[in-house]
Amino acid sequence: MAVELTIASDLGEARRVQETIEAALQTTGYSEHDIFAIKLALEEALVNAIKHGNQMDPDKRVFIAYSITAERFDIRITDEGAGFNPDDVPDPTAIENLERPCGRGLLLMRGFMTHVEYHGKGNVVTMTKIRDVPNSE
Amino acid sequence: MSSQPSRKRRVEVEDIGDIAVVNFLEKKILDEQSIQMIGDDLFRLVDELGRRKILLNFGNVEFLSSAALGKLITLHRKVQGIQGKLVLCKIAKDIYDVFKITKLDKILTIAPDEQAGLQAF
Repeated sequence: MAVELTIASDLGEARRVQETIEAALQTTGYSEHDIFAIKLALEEALVNAIKHGNQMDPDKRVFIAYSITAERFDIRITDEGAGFNPDDVPDPTAIENLERPCGRGLLLMRGFMTHVEYHGKGNVVTMTKIRDVPNSE
Repeated sequence: MSSQPSRKRRVEVEDIGDIAVVNFLEKKILDEQSIQMIGDDLFRLVDELGRRKILLNFGNVEFLSSAALGKLITLHRKVQGIQGKLVLCKIAKDIYDVFKITKLDKILTIAPDEQAGLQAF
């Protein structure tokens, strides 16, 4: 199952995408724990794409492609912004950066997903979550 | 004296002794506007009411993103600035991971439940 969507730079539209994906994950039988992880990473990545990438510009779009299987969730999010170098983001866990808002979202995406990678000029991110194997099987 | 009718309440403050116990009324602390308002309500406790002991009860909270964390750090600093203490309690396991990954669990005092939170002052 692969789904492609294009949304405006609008956080309300992003929320609707998150809800659609959450419902699909539930239907596929993902655990609450995995769904929380994916939802959080999606929230951070979409907010980044809309606010930092597209700068909330209503003429710019966010392109989303995702697939859900019994084993894994994959998503690619592309914005129309200038991109960035993830290595330039200051370490948000350093004392001097604690009150800065940037970087924490990226840290959470990496913490909650199995794999996170930025591509090209940094306006494309792919994320993967390999599903937790239930103990009962 | 009453708050504006259009403004939805997002936190509830209860006094237990000299501790201000704050309960969040929303399950999801996500969008910028509500985070801003929650921040304003929390900062008011310190800046205007001079409360030195604040216990945040996360019992109702099911989801929280990085946008909310900045407010908690600022609140922590404000409370520290008046020689007070901020304690967080009853954080769901998944949300606790948010604090762990961002290493905020090392800076903030986090108690398992409200009782333990009250005793942390």
